Amino acid sequence: MINKIWLALILIGFVFAAVKGDINVVTQAAFEGAATGVTVCLGLISVLVFWMGIMKLAEEAGLVKGISKILGPVVSYLFPDVPKNHPAMGYILSNMSANLLGLGNAATPMGIRAMQELQELNPDKETASPAMCTLLALNTASITLIPTTLIAIRMNFNSANPAEIVGSTLLATGIATIAAIAADRWYRKRHAWKQPPVIPPPASTLSLKR
Amino acid sequence: MLNWINMLSAWAVPVMIAFIPLYAQLKKVPVYESFVDGAKDGFSTAIGIIPHLVGMMVAISVFRASGALEFFVGWMTPFLEKLQVPAEILPLGFLRPLTGTGSLAFTTDLIKTYGPDSMIGRIASTIQGSTDTTLYVLTVYFGAVGIRNGRYALKVGLFSDVVGFIAAIAVCLLLFG
Repeated sequence: MINKIWLALILIGFVFAAVKGDINVVTQAAFEGAATGVTVCLGLISVLVFWMGIMKLAEEAGLVKGISKILGPVVSYLFPDVPKNHPAMGYILSNMSANLLGLGNAATPMGIRAMQELQELNPDKETASPAMCTLLALNTASITLIPTTLIAIRMNFNSANPAEIVGSTLLATGIATIAAIAADRWYRKRHAWKQPPVIPPPASTLSLKR
Repeated sequence: MLNWINMLSAWAVPVMIAFIPLYAQLKKVPVYESFVDGAKDGFSTAIGIIPHLVGMMVAISVFRASGALEFFVGWMTPFLEKLQVPAEILPLGFLRPLTGTGSLAFTTDLIKTYGPDSMIGRIASTIQGSTDTTLYVLTVYFGAVGIRNGRYALKVGLFSDVVGFIAAIAVCLLLFG
């Protein structure tokens, strides 16, 4: 998918420039784009180094666990078909808490562990269970408190107030998450979960008696 | 309400910078040493993004400079202008669910072209920060456990992306308009 998008952007650009008779633009834009890419990443170093230090503190202080406690009731509401003491619950909570703190690197492994645990409960190993779909919905909408990368990029281009987007981002991501949960609930009800058919006792046990 | 949101933006980062080390100290974490330990990863993360971002910036830069972007978005402009929505934002709505670095590169390009404090810059920042890359999350999470039939998961993810996209524009127009 990404391969196709990338190639399409370049080729369409090439064709447009060629048709317009202004092919030089391609060379210029390509090298300018490359330069911007590097500049932006170098600008990211300062913020990422600092922020990942702070995030390490959050992790070691057990802040993820602290937030998990607050999120507990929400998660049991969202995952009614996962038993309360099942290990999946713990991983789901850690995944959500890490997402909230913006600990992307910690959130993904936790989410995958949660998926593996949910797979244990899943009767059909190739089809996603409702709980898996809910976990995915939460992760695609992922609420993040501080959009660090964006603040860094805005700083790079001399924004007067790089952090002014924190509030708007939080509102937008909150609305997107509510939409994801609502849509997930709606589909969950429509696709009533099919229980695996009850297998009748094999006839061969009867035939043994003669 | 608007005042309250702007105050949240101003306070969020400072509060986290003060609260997290304090909390860690109370939990008896060696704060400075742990900070330095974690900070080491920041450098490699930033450097690691370079090839991805360069690749995407080149493609998007060529696409825009050739006039192709304008051609594809131009016909929507009069309609969107009535709603006070800048048409330049539109491609971001398509890129965001598909590729994380692609949309980051596009956001960077918009911020560079129109300025971070322009309405376009603010909306782009909000869109980029407010959702994750649906296709990537789907592939990684389901791929890890061998799920082939994701049922309605993709629909839910894309629906929430559309809602998030519209919400980001509406919130920014309201907050910064």
